[in-house]
Amino acid sequence: MTMGWQLWAAALAIGAITLLTRASFIALAGRFTIPSPVQRALEFTPVAALTAIVALEVFPFGGAPNSLSVIFTPRLLAALVAALVAWRTRNVILTIVVGMALLWALTFAFGALGW
Amino acid sequence: MKTLFAQSLKPQQNTTHTRLGEALAGARAEIPLIIGAIPFGLIYGVTAIAAHVGAPLALAMSGIIFAGSSQFIVAQLIGAGASAVVIVITAAIVNLRHALYSASLAPYLRDLRPGWKRWLLAYLLTDEAYAVSVIRYRDDAASPHRHWYFLGAGLSLWLSWQLSTAAGIFLGASIPASWNLDFAGPLTFIALVAPRLRDRANVTVAVVAGALAVLVAGLPLKLGLIVAIVLGVGAGMLWPARTATTANQSQAGRQAGTTKEPESEEQA
Repeated sequence: MTMGWQLWAAALAIGAITLLTRASFIALAGRFTIPSPVQRALEFTPVAALTAIVALEVFPFGGAPNSLSVIFTPRLLAALVAALVAWRTRNVILTIVVGMALLWALTFAFGALGW
Repeated sequence: MKTLFAQSLKPQQNTTHTRLGEALAGARAEIPLIIGAIPFGLIYGVTAIAAHVGAPLALAMSGIIFAGSSQFIVAQLIGAGASAVVIVITAAIVNLRHALYSASLAPYLRDLRPGWKRWLLAYLLTDEAYAVSVIRYRDDAASPHRHWYFLGAGLSLWLSWQLSTAAGIFLGASIPASWNLDFAGPLTFIALVAPRLRDRANVTVAVVAGALAVLVAGLPLKLGLIVAIVLGVGAGMLWPARTATTANQSQAGRQAGTTKEPESEEQA
Protein backbone atom coordinates (compact mmCIF):
# COMPACT_ATOMS: atom_id res chain seq x y z
CA MET A 1 0.00 0.00 0.00
CA THR A 2 1.32 3.37 -0.96
CA MET A 3 1.85 5.61 2.05
CA GLY A 4 0.16 8.95 2.47
CA TRP A 5 3.37 10.99 2.35
CA GLN A 6 4.37 9.27 -0.86
CA LEU A 7 1.13 10.39 -2.48
CA TRP A 8 1.75 13.99 -1.37
CA ALA A 9 5.28 13.77 -2.75
CA ALA A 10 3.86 12.36 -5.99
CA ALA A 11 1.38 15.25 -6.24
CA LEU A 12 4.19 17.78 -5.72
CA ALA A 13 6.36 16.06 -8.30
CA ILE A 14 3.54 16.01 -10.85
CA GLY A 15 2.85 19.68 -10.13
CA ALA A 16 6.50 20.56 -10.71
CA ILE A 17 6.72 18.50 -13.91
CA THR A 18 3.47 19.98 -15.20
CA LEU A 19 4.63 23.54 -14.54
CA LEU A 20 7.98 22.89 -16.24
CA THR A 21 6.20 21.39 -19.24
CA ARG A 22 3.89 24.38 -19.51
CA ALA A 23 6.78 26.79 -19.09
CA SER A 24 8.98 24.90 -21.54
CA PHE A 25 8.59 27.26 -24.48
CA ILE A 26 6.96 30.29 -22.88
CA ALA A 27 9.46 30.83 -20.08
CA LEU A 28 12.42 28.59 -20.80
CA ALA A 29 13.65 27.70 -24.28
CA GLY A 30 11.71 30.25 -26.25
CA ARG A 31 13.53 29.85 -29.52
CA PHE A 32 13.16 26.17 -30.24
CA THR A 33 10.42 24.35 -32.03
CA ILE A 34 9.38 20.76 -31.37
CA PRO A 35 10.55 18.29 -34.03
CA SER A 36 7.48 16.98 -35.80
CA PRO A 37 7.95 13.27 -34.88
CA VAL A 38 8.10 14.27 -31.22
CA GLN A 39 5.09 16.48 -31.68
CA ARG A 40 3.21 13.58 -33.24
CA ALA A 41 4.14 11.27 -30.36
CA LEU A 42 2.92 13.90 -27.89
CA GLU A 43 -0.41 14.07 -29.66
CA PHE A 44 -0.81 10.30 -29.24
CA THR A 45 -0.03 10.20 -25.52
CA PRO A 46 -3.45 11.21 -24.14
CA VAL A 47 -5.17 8.53 -26.24
CA ALA A 48 -2.65 5.87 -25.17
CA ALA A 49 -2.67 6.75 -21.48
CA LEU A 50 -6.41 7.24 -21.05
CA THR A 51 -7.27 4.09 -23.02
CA ALA A 52 -4.82 2.03 -20.96
CA ILE A 53 -6.31 3.31 -17.71
CA VAL A 54 -9.87 2.69 -18.87
CA ALA A 55 -8.94 -0.83 -20.03
CA LEU A 56 -7.56 -1.62 -16.59
CA GLU A 57 -10.76 -0.37 -15.02
CA VAL A 58 -13.27 -2.21 -17.18
CA PHE A 59 -11.57 -5.52 -18.06
CA PRO A 60 -11.55 -7.89 -15.14
CA PHE A 61 -8.43 -9.97 -14.74
CA GLY A 62 -6.93 -12.38 -12.28
CA GLY A 63 -8.28 -15.90 -12.66
CA ALA A 64 -9.52 -17.54 -15.82
CA PRO A 65 -13.01 -16.52 -16.87
CA ASN A 66 -15.40 -19.41 -16.27
CA SER A 67 -18.53 -17.78 -17.62
CA LEU A 68 -19.46 -14.90 -19.87
CA SER A 69 -20.69 -12.87 -16.91
CA VAL A 70 -17.09 -12.74 -15.63
CA ILE A 71 -15.99 -10.92 -18.78
CA PHE A 72 -19.13 -8.99 -19.62
CA THR A 73 -19.48 -7.11 -16.39
CA PRO A 74 -21.82 -4.15 -16.02
CA ARG A 75 -18.75 -1.90 -16.10
CA LEU A 76 -17.48 -3.24 -19.43
CA LEU A 77 -20.89 -3.11 -21.08
CA ALA A 78 -21.59 0.39 -19.78
CA ALA A 79 -18.14 1.51 -20.96
CA LEU A 80 -18.68 0.13 -24.47
CA VAL A 81 -22.02 1.89 -24.86
CA ALA A 82 -20.56 5.09 -23.40
CA ALA A 83 -17.71 4.93 -25.93
CA LEU A 84 -20.24 4.67 -28.75
CA VAL A 85 -22.15 7.67 -27.38
CA ALA A 86 -18.94 9.68 -27.07
CA TRP A 87 -17.82 8.73 -30.56
CA ARG A 88 -21.13 9.73 -32.08
CA THR A 89 -21.97 12.86 -30.07
CA ARG A 90 -18.63 14.17 -28.67
CA ASN A 91 -20.74 15.14 -25.66
CA VAL A 92 -18.89 14.56 -22.38
CA ILE A 93 -21.80 15.05 -20.02
CA LEU A 94 -24.13 12.86 -22.07
CA THR A 95 -21.46 10.15 -22.12
CA ILE A 96 -21.15 10.20 -18.34
CA VAL A 97 -24.91 10.26 -17.78
CA VAL A 98 -25.54 7.33 -20.16
CA GLY A 99 -22.63 5.35 -18.75
CA MET A 100 -23.67 5.80 -15.12
CA ALA A 101 -27.35 5.10 -15.84
CA LEU A 102 -26.42 1.92 -17.70
CA LEU A 103 -24.05 0.82 -14.94
CA TRP A 104 -26.80 1.18 -12.35
CA ALA A 105 -29.39 -0.55 -14.54
CA LEU A 106 -27.07 -3.46 -15.44
CA THR A 107 -25.85 -3.89 -11.88
CA PHE A 108 -29.47 -4.09 -10.75
CA ALA A 109 -30.41 -6.47 -13.60
CA PHE A 110 -27.38 -8.74 -13.09
CA GLY A 111 -28.16 -8.83 -9.38
CA ALA A 112 -31.77 -9.75 -10.09
CA LEU A 113 -30.62 -12.50 -12.49
CA GLY A 114 -28.27 -13.85 -9.88
CA TRP A 115 -25.06 -13.52 -11.99
CA MET B 1 -1.40 35.90 -44.61
CA LYS B 2 -5.09 36.51 -44.89
CA THR B 3 -5.30 37.25 -41.17
CA LEU B 4 -3.03 40.26 -41.55
CA PHE B 5 -5.11 41.56 -44.38
CA ALA B 6 -8.35 41.02 -42.52
CA GLN B 7 -6.93 42.72 -39.47
CA SER B 8 -6.17 45.91 -41.32
CA LEU B 9 -9.76 46.10 -42.47
CA LYS B 10 -11.34 45.14 -39.18
CA PRO B 11 -12.71 47.96 -37.04
CA GLN B 12 -10.98 48.16 -33.68
CA GLN B 13 -13.95 49.00 -31.49
CA ASN B 14 -14.62 45.36 -30.59
CA THR B 15 -11.51 45.14 -28.41
CA THR B 16 -10.61 47.76 -25.86
CA HIS B 17 -6.84 47.48 -25.77
CA THR B 18 -6.44 48.29 -22.10
CA ARG B 19 -5.18 45.86 -19.43
CA LEU B 20 -8.56 45.48 -17.76
CA GLY B 21 -10.36 45.39 -21.09
CA GLU B 22 -8.11 42.57 -22.26
CA ALA B 23 -8.49 40.61 -19.02
CA LEU B 24 -12.27 40.93 -19.06
CA ALA B 25 -12.40 39.93 -22.72
CA GLY B 26 -10.33 36.84 -21.91
CA ALA B 27 -12.58 35.94 -18.99
CA ARG B 28 -15.67 36.46 -21.12
CA ALA B 29 -14.32 34.24 -23.90
CA GLU B 30 -13.59 31.59 -21.28
CA ILE B 31 -17.18 31.40 -20.00
CA PRO B 32 -18.41 28.57 -22.27
CA LEU B 33 -15.34 26.52 -21.38
CA ILE B 34 -15.88 27.23 -17.68
CA ILE B 35 -19.44 25.96 -17.99
CA GLY B 36 -17.99 22.80 -19.49
CA ALA B 37 -15.28 22.52 -16.83
CA ILE B 38 -17.54 22.87 -13.78
CA PRO B 39 -19.07 19.37 -14.12
CA PHE B 40 -15.52 18.03 -14.61
CA GLY B 41 -14.44 19.66 -11.39
CA LEU B 42 -17.44 18.27 -9.52
CA ILE B 43 -16.87 14.78 -10.93
CA TYR B 44 -13.16 14.94 -10.11
CA GLY B 45 -13.95 15.78 -6.50
CA VAL B 46 -16.52 13.03 -6.19
CA THR B 47 -14.34 10.36 -7.86
CA ALA B 48 -11.29 11.34 -5.82
CA ILE B 49 -13.22 10.77 -2.61
CA ALA B 50 -14.70 7.54 -4.01
CA ALA B 51 -11.14 6.36 -4.82
CA HIS B 52 -10.12 7.03 -1.20
CA VAL B 53 -7.91 9.98 -1.94
CA GLY B 54 -8.11 12.03 1.24
CA ALA B 55 -10.00 15.32 0.99
CA PRO B 56 -6.91 17.44 1.82
CA LEU B 57 -4.83 15.83 -0.94
CA ALA B 58 -7.72 15.89 -3.42
CA LEU B 59 -8.16 19.61 -2.74
CA ALA B 60 -4.44 20.40 -2.79
CA MET B 61 -4.00 18.75 -6.19
CA SER B 62 -6.27 21.35 -7.78
CA GLY B 63 -3.77 23.99 -6.73
CA ILE B 64 -0.52 22.05 -7.09
CA ILE B 65 -1.21 20.28 -10.37
CA PHE B 66 -4.14 22.29 -11.79
CA ALA B 67 -4.68 19.90 -14.72
CA GLY B 68 -7.94 18.03 -14.88
CA SER B 69 -6.88 14.88 -16.71
CA SER B 70 -3.77 14.42 -14.55
CA GLN B 71 -5.79 14.87 -11.39
CA PHE B 72 -8.32 12.30 -12.60
CA ILE B 73 -5.50 9.88 -13.38
CA VAL B 74 -3.88 10.34 -9.99
CA ALA B 75 -7.20 9.73 -8.24
CA GLN B 76 -7.89 6.68 -10.41
CA LEU B 77 -4.44 5.18 -9.87
CA ILE B 78 -4.45 5.81 -6.13
CA GLY B 79 -7.75 3.93 -6.01
CA ALA B 80 -6.20 1.11 -8.05
CA GLY B 81 -3.25 0.86 -5.68
CA ALA B 82 -0.52 1.99 -8.09
CA SER B 83 2.84 3.02 -6.70
CA ALA B 84 3.77 6.68 -6.39
CA VAL B 85 6.45 6.39 -9.08
CA VAL B 86 4.03 4.92 -11.62
CA ILE B 87 1.50 7.63 -10.79
CA VAL B 88 4.06 10.37 -11.37
CA ILE B 89 5.30 8.92 -14.66
CA THR B 90 1.80 8.36 -16.04
CA ALA B 91 0.55 11.83 -15.11
CA ALA B 92 3.72 13.41 -16.48
CA ILE B 93 3.32 11.61 -19.81
CA VAL B 94 -0.28 12.78 -20.11
CA ASN B 95 0.72 16.34 -19.34
CA LEU B 96 3.48 16.43 -21.94
CA ARG B 97 0.95 17.81 -24.41
CA HIS B 98 1.23 21.14 -22.59
CA ALA B 99 4.61 21.54 -24.26
CA LEU B 100 2.71 21.84 -27.54
CA TYR B 101 0.55 24.62 -26.15
CA SER B 102 3.60 26.30 -24.70
CA ALA B 103 5.35 26.24 -28.06
CA SER B 104 2.22 27.52 -29.73
CA LEU B 105 1.81 30.55 -27.47
CA ALA B 106 5.50 31.31 -27.02
CA PRO B 107 5.77 33.66 -30.02
CA TYR B 108 3.12 35.92 -28.47
CA LEU B 109 4.37 35.83 -24.87
CA ARG B 110 8.12 35.39 -25.27
CA ASP B 111 9.00 39.06 -24.83
CA LEU B 112 7.04 39.48 -21.62
CA ARG B 113 9.24 40.84 -18.81
CA PRO B 114 9.99 40.22 -16.00
CA GLY B 115 10.20 36.46 -16.26
CA TRP B 116 7.82 35.67 -13.38
CA LYS B 117 4.95 36.91 -15.50
CA ARG B 118 5.71 34.20 -18.03
CA TRP B 119 5.90 31.62 -15.23
CA LEU B 120 2.52 32.75 -13.91
CA LEU B 121 0.99 32.40 -17.37
CA ALA B 122 2.69 29.01 -17.75
CA TYR B 123 1.04 27.86 -14.52
CA LEU B 124 -2.34 28.93 -15.94
CA LEU B 125 -1.76 27.18 -19.29
CA THR B 126 -4.60 24.66 -19.43
CA ASP B 127 -6.36 23.19 -22.46
CA GLU B 128 -9.17 25.69 -21.92
CA ALA B 129 -7.06 28.84 -21.49
CA TYR B 130 -4.95 27.83 -24.47
CA ALA B 131 -7.98 27.28 -26.68
CA VAL B 132 -9.38 30.80 -26.38
CA SER B 133 -6.03 32.59 -26.29
CA VAL B 134 -4.54 31.00 -29.37
CA ILE B 135 -7.65 31.86 -31.37
CA ARG B 136 -7.47 35.46 -30.22
CA TYR B 137 -3.74 35.77 -30.90
CA ARG B 138 -4.04 34.34 -34.37
CA ASP B 139 -6.68 36.85 -35.29
CA ASP B 140 -5.10 39.82 -33.55
CA ALA B 141 -1.66 39.68 -32.03
CA ALA B 142 -1.07 43.43 -32.10
CA SER B 143 -2.40 44.47 -28.69
CA PRO B 144 0.43 45.52 -26.34
CA HIS B 145 -1.54 44.10 -23.40
CA ARG B 146 -2.41 40.84 -25.06
CA HIS B 147 -0.97 38.80 -22.16
CA TRP B 148 -3.77 40.21 -19.99
CA TYR B 149 -6.25 38.41 -22.20
CA PHE B 150 -4.53 35.13 -21.36
CA LEU B 151 -4.43 36.12 -17.69
CA GLY B 152 -8.17 36.81 -17.67
CA ALA B 153 -8.96 33.52 -19.36
CA GLY B 154 -6.54 31.54 -17.19
CA LEU B 155 -7.49 33.07 -13.85
CA SER B 156 -11.23 32.75 -14.40
CA LEU B 157 -10.80 29.08 -15.24
CA TRP B 158 -8.49 28.62 -12.25
CA LEU B 159 -11.04 30.08 -9.88
CA SER B 160 -13.91 28.02 -11.26
CA TRP B 161 -11.77 24.86 -11.08
CA GLN B 162 -10.86 25.44 -7.43
CA LEU B 163 -14.49 26.08 -6.48
CA SER B 164 -15.99 23.22 -8.49
CA THR B 165 -13.45 20.62 -7.32
CA ALA B 166 -13.94 21.75 -3.71
CA ALA B 167 -17.70 21.39 -4.15
CA GLY B 168 -17.20 17.91 -5.63
CA ILE B 169 -14.98 16.85 -2.75
CA PHE B 170 -17.55 18.14 -0.28
CA LEU B 171 -20.36 16.32 -2.12
CA GLY B 172 -18.29 13.16 -2.55
CA ALA B 173 -17.95 12.70 1.18
CA SER B 174 -21.74 12.37 1.52
CA ILE B 175 -22.35 9.98 -1.41
CA PRO B 176 -22.45 6.26 -0.54
CA ALA B 177 -19.92 3.98 -2.27
CA SER B 178 -22.75 1.77 -3.55
CA TRP B 179 -23.55 4.45 -6.13
CA ASN B 180 -20.33 3.45 -7.95
CA LEU B 181 -19.58 7.08 -8.75
CA ASP B 182 -15.90 6.22 -9.10
CA PHE B 183 -16.95 4.95 -12.54
CA ALA B 184 -17.43 8.57 -13.61
CA GLY B 185 -13.63 8.75 -13.87
CA PRO B 186 -13.25 6.10 -16.61
CA LEU B 187 -16.38 7.47 -18.29
CA THR B 188 -14.77 10.89 -18.47
CA PHE B 189 -11.68 9.39 -20.08
CA ILE B 190 -13.87 7.53 -22.57
CA ALA B 191 -15.64 10.78 -23.42
CA LEU B 192 -12.29 12.44 -24.08
CA VAL B 193 -10.72 9.62 -26.09
CA ALA B 194 -13.52 8.09 -28.17
CA PRO B 195 -14.15 11.15 -30.38
CA ARG B 196 -10.46 11.15 -31.36
CA LEU B 197 -10.61 7.60 -32.73
CA ARG B 198 -11.36 8.63 -36.29
CA ASP B 199 -8.13 7.75 -38.05
CA ARG B 200 -6.14 4.54 -38.19
CA ALA B 201 -3.18 5.92 -36.24
CA ASN B 202 -5.21 6.93 -33.20
CA VAL B 203 -7.23 3.69 -33.33
CA THR B 204 -3.97 1.74 -33.40
CA VAL B 205 -2.67 3.68 -30.40
CA ALA B 206 -5.85 2.97 -28.44
CA VAL B 207 -6.07 -0.72 -29.33
CA VAL B 208 -2.43 -1.47 -28.59
CA ALA B 209 -2.33 0.55 -25.37
CA GLY B 210 -5.63 -0.85 -24.13
CA ALA B 211 -4.82 -4.47 -24.98
CA LEU B 212 -1.32 -4.28 -23.50
CA ALA B 213 -2.60 -2.65 -20.33
CA VAL B 214 -4.82 -5.68 -19.73
CA LEU B 215 -2.27 -8.28 -20.91
CA VAL B 216 0.57 -7.02 -18.73
CA ALA B 217 -1.65 -6.03 -15.83
CA GLY B 218 0.13 -8.64 -13.75
CA LEU B 219 3.29 -6.54 -13.48
CA PRO B 220 3.74 -5.12 -9.99
CA LEU B 221 2.83 -1.55 -9.07
CA LYS B 222 0.88 -1.06 -12.32
CA LEU B 223 4.18 -0.79 -14.20
CA GLY B 224 2.38 -2.39 -17.12
CA LEU B 225 0.60 0.92 -17.59
CA ILE B 226 3.83 2.64 -18.59
CA VAL B 227 4.68 -0.22 -20.96
CA ALA B 228 1.23 0.02 -22.52
CA ILE B 229 1.41 3.79 -23.04
CA VAL B 230 4.89 3.78 -24.56
CA LEU B 231 4.23 0.85 -26.91
CA GLY B 232 0.80 2.26 -27.82
CA VAL B 233 2.35 5.57 -28.89
CA GLY B 234 5.08 3.65 -30.72
CA ALA B 235 2.49 1.62 -32.62
CA GLY B 236 0.74 4.81 -33.73
CA MET B 237 4.04 6.21 -34.99
CA LEU B 238 4.34 3.25 -37.39
CA TRP B 239 1.67 4.81 -39.58
CA PRO B 240 2.98 7.48 -41.92
CA ALA B 241 2.17 10.99 -40.72
CA ARG B 242 -0.54 12.76 -42.69
CA THR B 243 0.98 16.17 -42.08
CA ALA B 244 2.06 17.18 -45.57
CA THR B 245 0.24 20.49 -45.25
CA THR B 246 1.03 21.37 -41.66
CA ALA B 247 4.73 20.48 -42.02
CA ASN B 248 5.19 23.40 -44.36
CA GLN B 249 4.03 25.93 -41.83
CA SER B 250 7.12 27.28 -40.22
CA GLN B 251 5.54 28.70 -37.08
CA ALA B 252 5.55 26.27 -34.19
CA GLY B 253 2.48 28.10 -33.01
CA ARG B 254 0.58 27.31 -36.15
CA GLN B 255 1.62 23.67 -36.02
CA ALA B 256 0.89 23.04 -32.38
CA GLY B 257 -2.34 24.92 -32.63
CA THR B 258 -3.66 22.58 -35.26
CA THR B 259 -3.18 19.47 -33.15
CA LYS B 260 -6.89 18.85 -32.87
CA GLU B 261 -7.83 19.72 -36.40
CA PRO B 262 -6.69 16.70 -38.43
CA GLU B 263 -9.38 14.50 -36.89
CA SER B 264 -12.16 16.90 -37.76
CA GLU B 265 -10.75 17.40 -41.25
CA GLU B 266 -10.78 13.69 -41.83
CA GLN B 267 -14.33 13.42 -40.64
CA ALA B 268 -15.51 16.14 -42.97
